[in-house]
Amino acid sequence: MPAYIAKRLLALIPVLFGLSVIVFLMMALIPGDPASAILGSYATPENVARLNRDLGLDRSLPEQYLIWLGNLFEGDLGRSYSLNRPVLDEVLERFSATLILAGSALLLCSLLGLLAGVVSAVRQYGWADKLITLLVLVGISTPSFWLGLLLILLFAVNSQWFPASGMYAIYGGGDLADLLHHLFLPMLTLSVVATGVIARLTRTAMLEVLRQDYIRTARAKGLSERRVIYHHAFRVALVSVIPVIGIQAGFVMGGAVYIETVFQWPGIGSMLVQAISSRDLLLVQGGVLLVTVAYVLINLLADLAQSLIDPRLRR
Amino acid sequence: MSRTATANGLAHGRPGLWRLLLNNRLATLGLVLLLLILLLALAAPGLPLADPDLTAPVDRLLPPLSPGHPLGTDALGRDLLARLVWGTRVSLAVGISATLIAALVGSLVGLVAGYAGGRVDMLLMRAIDTVMAFPYILLALVIVAVLGPGLLNALYAIAIVNIPFFARNIRGITLGLSRREFVDAARLSGQSGRQILFGEILPNVLPVIIITISTTVGWMILETAGLSFLGLGAQPPQADLGSMLGEGRKLLFTTPHVSIIPGVMIFVLVMSVNLLGDGVRDLLDPRLKSGALTRPVARTAITHQVPAVTASAAAPRLDVRGLKTEFHMGRQIHRAVGGVDLRLDEGECLGLVGESGSGKSVTALSIMGLVPTPPGRIVAGSARLQGEELFLASDARIRQLRGAAVSHVFQDPLATLHPLYRVGEQLVEAIRAHQPLSRRQAEERAERLLKQVRIANPRRRMHAFPHQLSGGMRQRICIAMALANEVKVMIADEPTTALDVTVQAQILALLRQLRQARDAAILFISHDFSVVSALCERVAVMYAGKIVESGRTDAILSAPAHPYSQLLLQCVPVLGDPGRRLAAIPGQPPRLHALPTGCAFAPRCPRAEADCRHLSIALRPLAGGRWVRCLHPLLEEHGSA
Ligand code: SF4
Repeated sequence: MPAYIAKRLLALIPVLFGLSVIVFLMMALIPGDPASAILGSYATPENVARLNRDLGLDRSLPEQYLIWLGNLFEGDLGRSYSLNRPVLDEVLERFSATLILAGSALLLCSLLGLLAGVVSAVRQYGWADKLITLLVLVGISTPSFWLGLLLILLFAVNSQWFPASGMYAIYGGGDLADLLHHLFLPMLTLSVVATGVIARLTRTAMLEVLRQDYIRTARAKGLSERRVIYHHAFRVALVSVIPVIGIQAGFVMGGAVYIETVFQWPGIGSMLVQAISSRDLLLVQGGVLLVTVAYVLINLLADLAQSLIDPRLRR
Repeated sequence: MSRTATANGLAHGRPGLWRLLLNNRLATLGLVLLLLILLLALAAPGLPLADPDLTAPVDRLLPPLSPGHPLGTDALGRDLLARLVWGTRVSLAVGISATLIAALVGSLVGLVAGYAGGRVDMLLMRAIDTVMAFPYILLALVIVAVLGPGLLNALYAIAIVNIPFFARNIRGITLGLSRREFVDAARLSGQSGRQILFGEILPNVLPVIIITISTTVGWMILETAGLSFLGLGAQPPQADLGSMLGEGRKLLFTTPHVSIIPGVMIFVLVMSVNLLGDGVRDLLDPRLKSGALTRPVARTAITHQVPAVTASAAAPRLDVRGLKTEFHMGRQIHRAVGGVDLRLDEGECLGLVGESGSGKSVTALSIMGLVPTPPGRIVAGSARLQGEELFLASDARIRQLRGAAVSHVFQDPLATLHPLYRVGEQLVEAIRAHQPLSRRQAEERAERLLKQVRIANPRRRMHAFPHQLSGGMRQRICIAMALANEVKVMIADEPTTALDVTVQAQILALLRQLRQARDAAILFISHDFSVVSALCERVAVMYAGKIVESGRTDAILSAPAHPYSQLLLQCVPVLGDPGRRLAAIPGQPPRLHALPTGCAFAPRCPRAEADCRHLSIALRPLAGGRWVRCLHPLLEEHGSA
């Protein structure tokens, strides 16, 4: 296993390199004069001069990349001109909020999706299966930003059970209960689509596994159907669903852009939308870089989890 | 436009696919909805609608069903119905264009990568992988950030982030296709790479492109609407469904209908696309067709009235009578087992021989209800274990007997052992399912069992996963598992077929020893007479779901009575020369859903005469306790000579 982990970590290097190149090029490819594009309405002569110095904009592209990478390793992602503070500070602060939202949504959709998928497969063509299939179809067709509005209307405006926006109450609050209270609606909204996708794939995976010879063996051994399904079949299905959960992490973190905007959650998604509107491109760059690296790491974890369950993958 | 692409693909594929698609009720619903929406969007300029951009401050924020404004008005007094129709038009146009761009570029990348292979493939796929390393929507945001907000830029962004899905899918298929003969043939006939790619490969890849379109177009409509919702897509005065929703959001608390209505439209649109897409995918993806993915239940369905047991003094170990098992596939009924009698006494070993598809495995699996249902079902007969009717037993009782009194050893031990559990755990599980032992005690018993099946160093082997063991070792583990509890009847279904010759001999020797030591009866199934003769004193030959001959092994070996037995015997490898195997029986086994009247073997039988094809033929006795189902056997009937 340690050798396998080392191998996976090594394989990460080219991916991270590719990512950094794309994120870097994002700036280089901006049409027109980069300095004034990045600075927008903040393009005072001092700011332009400072940016040119910081980013080495007068040098060749590879040189610029190396400078950028060097700064990156020093924790310097540049300065947000619209917020007038270092990008890294802002991004890290926002990221923790996104992590809470996306992490809890991912947890919720994994649990619900796996459960629904297994039930659906075990009760194939029964009413539970039909109901779940219908819900899944509705779920993956629903625009999450619209669903968020509906939930706000239902539970925050009409019934006032949950707050409509923010992460903590403005007066008082600030404790875990307050956070959960604020978290519930956005988390629910964010997890709907991913739940549907995971449920669907779990169902297919379970049906596929239940036809395998080793399931017949388990039955021929005289095991209870419960054990056959949850001990023998589910474990194998899980191996093929885990990478799907990894990919869904990307959709959830991306979907957070909408949900954070709808619920005014102070995360990186709502920050990105504001940053794009105010053309604060360095902030966009920093935010995207951080979220993408997080996504890559989550997929690494999914990979390791998968090989933890399936010994055949540990090679 | 994606719809027409779908239509062309379907027409190209197979005739009747349209009809099949329409048979799928949900897909039809999706198609009808989508057509309605498309029609509405196309007809927008000709419809008697208000001007969607006409502002009227007096009429602002009218509720739905107001006179002149069926859906009400927005904050500027613009008619919502008109805006909805025109917004749908924009959303559809953008979503479909994005899909077409992604499909075109992505398919091209996939085709080139898959066909060129080598460096080109590696470079292209590396690039695609890198793009996919970004969270989907985030990459679209980056592109919009660089290009600036706007509907066209949002369209490009969504198209670009979807390219990898097409590239990956199409590359995989192309890679497989470019190694096929027809491509080689085209190459030899001097066609250029481009001709081959677009003339030979593209038509075969088309279904995959269509599947990918049908699964991504919904996303793309949703995501472009999302970008507009965030204010990064359509810019006023231009409006699509997403930007209408985004503008209405500011008024959510006072006039929710302004944002709810466009949302409903997006939902219905995406839902119809997804319904249709699922239908198309099910149709074109062969893996999902023909109910291949139905889950077998725990026990084979028994659909007939099973006769109650009348107590008898000396019941044999296993007594199967008149067993019929069928598979119901669509409208066809495959009669896999058509009335089989078997009798197995204490310590006896009965061989069941026949070609694959003769029904021997289904017979064996029927006994403990292990034939998958659906599609299998037992429709006649009885099976008694020491006088106890198995077809009347409760599920709980069957579970008690499975793996204990009746155990199974199957053909391919790599497929029949669970891949994710250590073999020791699997063995312990089998023991503890039937004996109230602690884990420690069960482990000790497992170790003893492994010793019995001649596995050296059993303690270490118990920690191995199946894939870490050799084929012979795995089969020994399976046999140990079959012996784990007080076994009365062991059903061994081609246990040596997947093994090489020397290992095969070792496993047979092991079974022979175990039989003597345990006095278990064995039902041994094989297509190979020589394997059966090494172990069984009695043998039954099966053809097309019926026993055609039975008797003592040595008697049948030296003088087969049924023409089929004789031909089967000639297929036995010549002793001392394993490489030499005489010709297989000419012709094909009969199709089980259309069995001929009369003798099922008649089309392949060298002794067939006219009467063989009409009469139904009973199993008749021969001298020496033998039975044969043939009108013109190679031996004379008992008493008639
Ligand atoms: S009954 Fe006729 S056709 Fe059938 S095996 Fe005998 S001789 Fe051949």
